[in-house]
Amino acid sequence: MIVFDRVSKIYPDSSIALEEVTLSIEPKEFVSIVGPSGAGKTTLLKLFLAEEKPTEGAVYYESANIHTLNKKEIDAFRRKVGMVFQDFRLLPNKTVYENIAFTMEAAGRTDEEIESDVPHVLELVDLTPKVWNFPHELSGGEKQRVAIARALVNEPDIIIADEPTGNLDPANTYDIVQILKKINDIGTTVILATHNKGIIDLLKRRVIAMERGKVVRDDRSGKYFV
Amino acid sequence: MFWTKLKRILRTGFFNFWRDSTVSLASVLVMMVTLLVIGLISFSGAILNTTLVELKNKIDINVIFITTAKEEDILNVKHTLESLPEVFLVTYVSREEALVAFKERHSTDQSILSALDELGENPLGAVLNVKAKDPSQYASVAEFLEGGNALSSESVTIIDRVNYFQNKAAIDKLTRVIASADRLGFALTLFLAIISVLIAFNTIRLTIYLARDEISVMRLVGASTTYIQGPFVVVGVIYGVVAGLLTLLLFLPLTFWLGGTTESFFIGFNIFTYYLRHFLEIAFIIMASGIFIGALSSMLAIRKYLKV
Repeated sequence: MIVFDRVSKIYPDSSIALEEVTLSIEPKEFVSIVGPSGAGKTTLLKLFLAEEKPTEGAVYYESANIHTLNKKEIDAFRRKVGMVFQDFRLLPNKTVYENIAFTMEAAGRTDEEIESDVPHVLELVDLTPKVWNFPHELSGGEKQRVAIARALVNEPDIIIADEPTGNLDPANTYDIVQILKKINDIGTTVILATHNKGIIDLLKRRVIAMERGKVVRDDRSGKYFV
Repeated sequence: MFWTKLKRILRTGFFNFWRDSTVSLASVLVMMVTLLVIGLISFSGAILNTTLVELKNKIDINVIFITTAKEEDILNVKHTLESLPEVFLVTYVSREEALVAFKERHSTDQSILSALDELGENPLGAVLNVKAKDPSQYASVAEFLEGGNALSSESVTIIDRVNYFQNKAAIDKLTRVIASADRLGFALTLFLAIISVLIAFNTIRLTIYLARDEISVMRLVGASTTYIQGPFVVVGVIYGVVAGLLTLLLFLPLTFWLGGTTESFFIGFNIFTYYLRHFLEIAFIIMASGIFIGALSSMLAIRKYLKV
């Protein structure tokens, strides 16, 4: 379970990114976080990944305060979380195969595991023919599928997707959402930050709406109000 | 697991070096300049040392005797000089030998030779050439001679002049020039070395700056510090090794070309022969510097981006 307990984040220039945010996410949930740009969606995710520290309050994962973990524990924690970004963030000098293998290597998996799991996960996102291509040789939709494969390959407890369809056309957006749904169906918690109304309507899952750093609505029915 | 990890770090390092070929080439070239400077430091050190030694060997004292001095008296002085602890070698040049040498030296100058013929007799005195064990001891040897220790059997001084006092000013000046050239050369090469090391460091820092997003992605997928840092250090070491090998190779034609020039300019010092004779030593300095600068630069530069 993920818990944000009265979390505030104020940046050094006194801009308030988050203000007393309290929410909890159950295991195996699919939660969308919606809101306009600057609402605090990305800050929320960064705090969860320990990329940023909260000014006040605490973030818990399975009852451990994420921001009191040491470097090693943070590395271990991050391996339980798969991440998908709007700008894909693939390693440009590595092939599709190597991008995915890198995550497994970082998690200390054996060569045998890597050799059997990478083709499997590529099959899942339908990218087997592109296995030896470099990121610059792929389309936006393909890059995002590599990013999802990379996020998935270590069988994480949680997948975090920050505007994963922001740079994609509607057809690719639909594909990505279907993949995320499939991932959630096999028991992975999915947290999706987006401002795409179409996606929310497609999903019909829990929606947390944010505005100016605050949670303004937490709707279980899956409607986009903002 | 350790070996698997090491293997992966090495493999990734090699791949990164190879795939980022433009950046690698630029870094290797910059590193080569640094290593060339470091190589030149060892060469200039050797040149100055050899020149200093050669010049010190050139310093001596000529004791010139009056023409009427008896050979027996001169040989007595020679024995006295040889018994001094400061003296390394005393060579006796008789009047006749001095004349032959003089004529030989001026064989192309007809006017001097004809003047000598007109004179009819040998105007040159015999000479004792004294070499001290150390250049700083010439003063005491000269003082010993001036102090009336070289008298004939009739207690009359038979020394015409001691050219140490005439050469002293020149010798002192030359010693000072060499010493300050040595100091200046050292300061200059040190300065150059520092600058080029900083440039090499900066170049590697730029290559890592280009990879900063990658580093943050690696961090976010939970890669450990060693696992992220490792390949960058490997790349730094490869820069050092490749630049080192190229530098050593480049020194071959460079020193060969400079060899003749240095031999005539710096007394008896051929930089090419020196390079071949001290190859292992120089290769060690160059390779070790390259590897050290490459690895350390990578390690220092990447630290900033590992804080995520």
